[in-house]
Formats: sequence, structure tokens, C-alpha cells
Amino acid sequence: MSGHVIGVLADIPIGEGRAFVVDGRQIAVYRMRDNSLRALDAACPHRGGPLADGLLDAGIVVCPLHGRGYDLGTGAESDGGPPACPHTATADADGTVRVVLGP
Amino acid sequence: MDARNKPRLVVIGNGMAGARAVEEILARGGAEQFTITVFGDEPYGNYNRILLSNVLAGSDDTSEIYLNPLDWYADNGIDLRAGVRAVRLDRFARIVHADDGTALRYDRLIIATGSRSFFPPIEGMWADDKTLLRGVFGFRSLDDCLSMIDESATRTRAVVVGGGLLGLEAARGLQQRGLTVDVVHSPATLMNAQLDDPAGAILRRSVEDLGITVHTGTATTGVRGADGCVTGVTFADGTGVDCDMLVVAAGIRPNVGLARGAGLTVQRAIVVDDHMRTIDDDRVYAVGECAEHRGQVYGLVAPLWEQAVVLADHLTGANPAARYHGSRTATKLKVAGVDVAAMGLKAPERPDDEFVQFSEPRLGIYKTIVIRDDKLVGATLLGDVRKVAFLMQAFDRGLPLPPERVSLLFDLGTPPVEVGAAELSDDAQVCNCNGVSKATLVACVQGGQQSVSGVMAATRAGKGCGSCKSLVTQIVEWAAGGAVADDPAGTWYVPGVPYPKPELMRLIRELELHSVSSVFAALVPDGREDAHSKMGLASLLHMMWGDEFVDEPDARFINDRVHANIQRDGTFSVVPQIQGGVTTADQLRRIADVAERYDVPMIKLTGGQRIDLLGIRKEDLPAVWADLGMPSGYAYGKSFRTVKTCVGSEFCRYGLGDSTALGIALEQRFQGIPGPAKMKLAVTGCPRNCAEALCKDLGVVAIEGGRWEIYVGGAAGAHIRKGDLLATVGTPAEVITLAGRFLQYYRENANWLERTYAWVPRTGIDTIRAVVVDDRDGLAAGLDAAMQKSVDAYREPWTDARQDDSDRYRTALPLIALPRVPVR
Repeated sequence: MSGHVIGVLADIPIGEGRAFVVDGRQIAVYRMRDNSLRALDAACPHRGGPLADGLLDAGIVVCPLHGRGYDLGTGAESDGGPPACPHTATADADGTVRVVLGP
Repeated sequence: MDARNKPRLVVIGNGMAGARAVEEILARGGAEQFTITVFGDEPYGNYNRILLSNVLAGSDDTSEIYLNPLDWYADNGIDLRAGVRAVRLDRFARIVHADDGTALRYDRLIIATGSRSFFPPIEGMWADDKTLLRGVFGFRSLDDCLSMIDESATRTRAVVVGGGLLGLEAARGLQQRGLTVDVVHSPATLMNAQLDDPAGAILRRSVEDLGITVHTGTATTGVRGADGCVTGVTFADGTGVDCDMLVVAAGIRPNVGLARGAGLTVQRAIVVDDHMRTIDDDRVYAVGECAEHRGQVYGLVAPLWEQAVVLADHLTGANPAARYHGSRTATKLKVAGVDVAAMGLKAPERPDDEFVQFSEPRLGIYKTIVIRDDKLVGATLLGDVRKVAFLMQAFDRGLPLPPERVSLLFDLGTPPVEVGAAELSDDAQVCNCNGVSKATLVACVQGGQQSVSGVMAATRAGKGCGSCKSLVTQIVEWAAGGAVADDPAGTWYVPGVPYPKPELMRLIRELELHSVSSVFAALVPDGREDAHSKMGLASLLHMMWGDEFVDEPDARFINDRVHANIQRDGTFSVVPQIQGGVTTADQLRRIADVAERYDVPMIKLTGGQRIDLLGIRKEDLPAVWADLGMPSGYAYGKSFRTVKTCVGSEFCRYGLGDSTALGIALEQRFQGIPGPAKMKLAVTGCPRNCAEALCKDLGVVAIEGGRWEIYVGGAAGAHIRKGDLLATVGTPAEVITLAGRFLQYYRENANWLERTYAWVPRTGIDTIRAVVVDDRDGLAAGLDAAMQKSVDAYREPWTDARQDDSDRYRTALPLIALPRVPVR
């Protein structure tokens, strides 16, 4: 199995994000209500806000500093601003969480 | 028609001109006629370059300046190559070569490459052939702007070369970011392209009053650097200024390399005919700042709109006879906070030109008009631009002028602005940023769009600098005959749940929804959660259910999750409760110990008479609270905040009532209760009002005779409002009862984030008094009981959080480097 192991599913509460360092890069990983995972760069492209601390729904995460919204799948900003870089996060059957860095 | 058979239109340049031309082409059915590809070398959608100075100054977010986000291109079937630069044009093969190695054949081509910053030859400015010295910037693109913002965080002293419009805007923006700024301008007059000498002198004074140093008649001849970074500039006379940041705003130059390489005729810019077509090639058009028409190159936005219309008319065949005859340029803008409007001539040119001039330098006001053959041919307004709408109209269309010329400069009994909506001519341009006329707005209303926000979204009027919003509103209201519709979603309590507050509360109560997730599941048609609605719902449920509220961390804003206020660098501020602003030596000692132990970078007294510890790391929060041993002051929530008090009767020789005791009692009772917005209170011991009770959400004033006045709906923040007198009562106990009842009535009825200063006038003080004081509707007992439930449900958040051993307080990021707060 590929990707960097960053921990286990239980590390991330449902509906929230946590920040991890993956290959020297800071990544925010989110656990959705259906237990699937999403991942973006941890720093908001706008003014460096902590995206792991943002409020999220099934589609976007909202940066806590200035309310920018980022698509959890593509990283696109809701109003067409600079996007956040998306990554791929998955959980194995045993709960091991892996991240493959995005483009 | 099959896409493969449609002719291909290629647009080089995704700036304001290129995107506008595409919009005009789409409006004429161009998507049916052409397969459209747009190259833009910036990796974004199309944005309003005019507003970059607002972004630099921090008054606009970058999201606010986009004209067409990336989705717009996809929605219209346009192939946008964002971040791809066209590098070579082969007109004979009709191919555009791009820097990503691709080549694209075209049937029609639009060149809209715009301009770039001009860097005058100044010794030492370049690190090598291509790279500017570290700390040196042009000011042209969003990337320039964002790099400057980043750089400014760690710089203290900037020099701006160029005292034209852009240079002054750059200077003001950097100054607002805390830098000391010098502007160096080699002509003798600031903004000499638009202003005459007296106007330039007055502008200079206004700019200097802002704290910006201005050097005019000073040529910058050298840039000094050390270790690859800029350290200063030198002037022609041998003097100079030290700086750690340098912005060059000495003009722009059209981007014509591509056109020149393709053999198109280029003089000052790409030469075009009256159809905006290049004079060498019928398939190739040019528009905007890279185009030269009858010897003129325009650097303003209004001519570009006119050019785009003609180009689209001709290219699509909608009107093959459409011709561009050049533009009369008029500008109205704010330069470094000073209103400036300029059109046509700066000064009389012929012996019989009339010239009317008014100057009031002390107020920064200067106005001139130039009249020839009874027509307005020029005007300059500085500091007071109230007459600009009529002057622009008169200038554009040669309107007859009143014989008393002075009435062109001042309102002398002429109709007020409000009447203007009806009288404004149909083709008058209302939004100068997006080129929207009164007729367009009226047509949009007649086409069925009945709300102001709907008209603004459909026409983009008011979406530029925003200065025309009130006029747009007036015109929409006038055109709708007063029947302006409300946006249905505008009545919803939160954007993602389709109910107004009373109905939402009824459903929550009936269905017994105790958590945010249950509200989404039960009340949103497809059960879809909405991140933007969570905070408002959590607040409402907390208010309604008290200790029965099921608090889900993933429905909480970070401040409410960690019980502290997030700061721009991701650290937090901690404000312990100091009831009524009265503290003790023991509390101060503990605060001081914590500040030392955790290297707190700043200790700040707040406006609410408390002590703020700023710059606390997230992971230190539980330990800080444990060491403080004080309750939370709730300085981070949409909740009851604090009660400001004066010394009152115990010590003050004027005091009429014990304001500190009452303030402490209020704060003890209402501590931490959530609401639609924050609630700030005050109690003052006499009408001298040292605690500023008249401008609080609820303020209490002791008056002669042992009585207390209660004021509600006051504010002294972003809005200033004197509170309305709710009641005058005889005892502190009555104050506490009425305060609780008023706050509960507000909590149950105000919109999310609606402060009392908006809610009280919206509801009406008479209605509020009838409910809260006179119990007209029999609600008082219920309000009192609901408030009591909230009071009983209070739990001190820091005590609980100290025991929290989850990873809730784990760091989320070391964030951007900030200017270090000086330790004082």
C-alpha cells in the first residue's frame, strides 16, 4: 500500500480536521461524517490561516480567519480566489490513515 | 453546429479588456458562432485590477475583486488556459504558440495583452538581467500585490517611486500596513497627468497630512542594496532615503512584443482601425491598453468597455457597421483616501475659454471647470466630488450649461441627490467600474429582477469599488416603483436552513432538535449540512435548550471549541473574567505570573475593562487556564461579554448609585450566556456617564433620587448609536429583572449577528417597552423563565477544558511570520 502513514482514524474526530506533517509539508486531514477522509494544505492560501481548525460540511471547509471556503475535493476557493492544494487521504481496513501528496 | 466545425476564436489576455470582450461576444450569441479559447498568464479568473489598491490597503479581500471566477468560463463553454502565456504568434499559419509547448490554430484572434509596469533605468535596481533586487516591486498584478503584502509584514520603511495614481495608492496601502512611506516623484506636481499645479499642491498636502513624506521634482537615480536586499535609494542631487522595500510605480507600457514579433504595426501600441481590428490583418483584433486607436492609448477602464462593445458588434456580425470613435476620458477615484475626479482639459487653452476656479486649501478642496462655446470641456474636482455625476454627463454629451457657472461646482438649491434617480438620463453610466448604465439597471428590473442584490448580481453594478451602491439601490427602487422584493433567503436565520427564525425555533421545539446535526437532518430538504450555518445554529440551540443543548465540536467555530479568540497568526487571546472591571492584587499577581511563565508577547487592557493576554499558543491554553485559576471572560463568543462600570458611590464624590456593585451583580448573573451577537453592558454611577453607558447594548445610569435609567440598543463600534431609554426604575433588583427580560427578548427575536443597535430600531423601542416593561403581550413570565434556565445552565468553560486530555488543543499550524510585537 502506498502513501505516507500519518496515524489512525481515531486520531481525527468525526466532522473535524487535524494538521499533520507529511514529508515535510503541513497537511490538514478531515474526517467526514461518512468516515471518508479529505486532505488539503494546512495553511490557507489567503493569509496562512489554520485550515485544520475550520468548520466543514460535506463540500467545503471554511477558514477560521477570514471565512474563505475551500472545496474539500478540488481545493477550489468558493469565490474563485487562489485555491488550496488538495491531497488524497485514505483509511485502511484497520484504521491506518495514509496520505498521498497531491499535484 | 458541431463544435469541430465552428470557427475558433482565440483571446490572448484574460485581464479586464479580454474578459470584457468575451462577455460582449457571448451577449451577442458568440458561443453559438465560435469555439472560444482564452489564454491568461495569471493563474486566476478575471479580476478587477482597479481594486488591487484596496487589497493592498486591506479594505478588500482578494475574493471580493473577482469579476469572473473560474466557474464562469466552464459554465460558458470557454476553454480557459489560466497560467499559460502565449509566446509567439504565427499569422500566416494562424497559430498561437504557448509557453506550455502547445500550439492552437485560430480563425479569429483578439489580442488583449494589456500593460506591464515600467521600470525606468535606475542603477542597482536589478539583481541580474531578469530579477529585481529583493524588496523591489512593481505594482500591476494580483501576484505583485500579494507579494507586497507578504513582504510588508517584515518591513518597516518603504519608498515608492512615482507619484501618480498607482504610486499614491501603493504608498497609502503600505502605510496602512504599518510602514513608514516616502513617495518620490520626478515631475513637480503629484498626479501631473490629471491635475494642474494648484490641485497637485493641495493633493500633496492631503497626502502629507496622512503621514506620507512626499518628494517632488526629485529623480531617483540609484538603488542601494546589501546582501541582495534593497537598503535605500539615491537621488540626482546626491541625497537619498533609506528603505527596506521599494515599489516602482513610474507608469505602464503596453505589452506589444507578441504583436510586434508577428509583424503587426506597432507604434505606441498595436494600431487598430475603427472596428478595433489591426490594420494589417482582418482576422486579428486588439482591445484595451495594448491597442492604439487614432494615436490614442487609453489606460482607463471606461474606454475599454466602449472598445469591447464595438469589437463584439463587428466580430459577431451583430452590427458590422459599429465604429469606435475614441473616448472622452473622465475619471473619478479615491487616491490615498482623497476623492479626485478629472475629465478633459486641466486648464484653458484658448483666449476665450472660460475658466472657473475654487480653492480652499485648508480643507483640501479644489475645483475647476473649463467651458468652451458653452460646453463643458474639462473639470477637476479634489476633496469634494458631489457634483461629479452631472459634470460627467455634461462633459460626455455636451449638455447645455446653467448661466451661473458656480452652480456647476456647488449645490445652490438644486434638487438633492435622491431626486436624481428619476432625472438621470437613461444612458448615464451608474457603475463606472463595470460600465453599467441606468438603462441596463432599469431593463434588468423590468426583466423580472426585483431585488437590489439580484440586479447587482445580474448586471455587476456596484460590484467594483462599491461607491455607486446607494445610487444603484435608488435606481432599482425607482424602477420597481417602490416594489422591491426581498430575497427569500434573506429572511432565513442562517443561509443553509430554509426558515425564518420564529418558524425555525418552533420546529426545533416541536421536533425536539437538540443538536446542530439533527437540525440539518430534519429541516434541510436533502439533509445537506452547511458550514456557514453551523455557528448560528449552535448559538440558537444553546440559547433555547440551555443544559439540554447537545454541543457537537464539529458545529462550533474554533473560538468556541477552544474557548479563546483566534488571532491572525493562529495564536489565541485569553481574557479572564474581571467582574465589573474590579480586580484584586491576587488576580493581578496570577496574571503577571502567567504572562512571565508563558512568554506572553502582549498584555493589553481591553475596552471592556479587562486584561487581555495575547499570543498564547493553542497547546498552552489548558495550562494557562489552570495557572490563572480564573473564570473565562467570554471575550471570544457571540455572547454576553462584560459590564463596564465607573467607580460609583463608594469612592467618587459625585456618585449617586453603587455602579460597581450593580455591574458585578449583572455580570455574575448573565456571564457567558450565548446570543445572536455579542452583548456589552455598562453601569455608570451618575449622569456624567464615565462608563459610557449610553452607547452599550444595555446601559444603566444612576440618577438623583436613587433611581436608575436603563438604555438599550446603543453602540460605539463600527456604528455609533445612542441607546433608547427603556425604563427608569427604583432599585438594582428591578434593573436586573428588566435587563434579563430585555436580553432574552433580544436573544429570541434578533437575526443571527444582528446587534441590538440594529434590532432595537428595527423592532421599535415602543414595542420593546410594551413587551419588556409593561408586559402587554403576557410574555414577561416566559422570558424571565427562559433567561433563568440559561443562567442555571452556565458552566465555566475553562474549568471543564482544564480536564480535557483529548488532542483538542494540539497545534494546527505554525502560521505566517508576523512582525514581532515589541515587548514594552
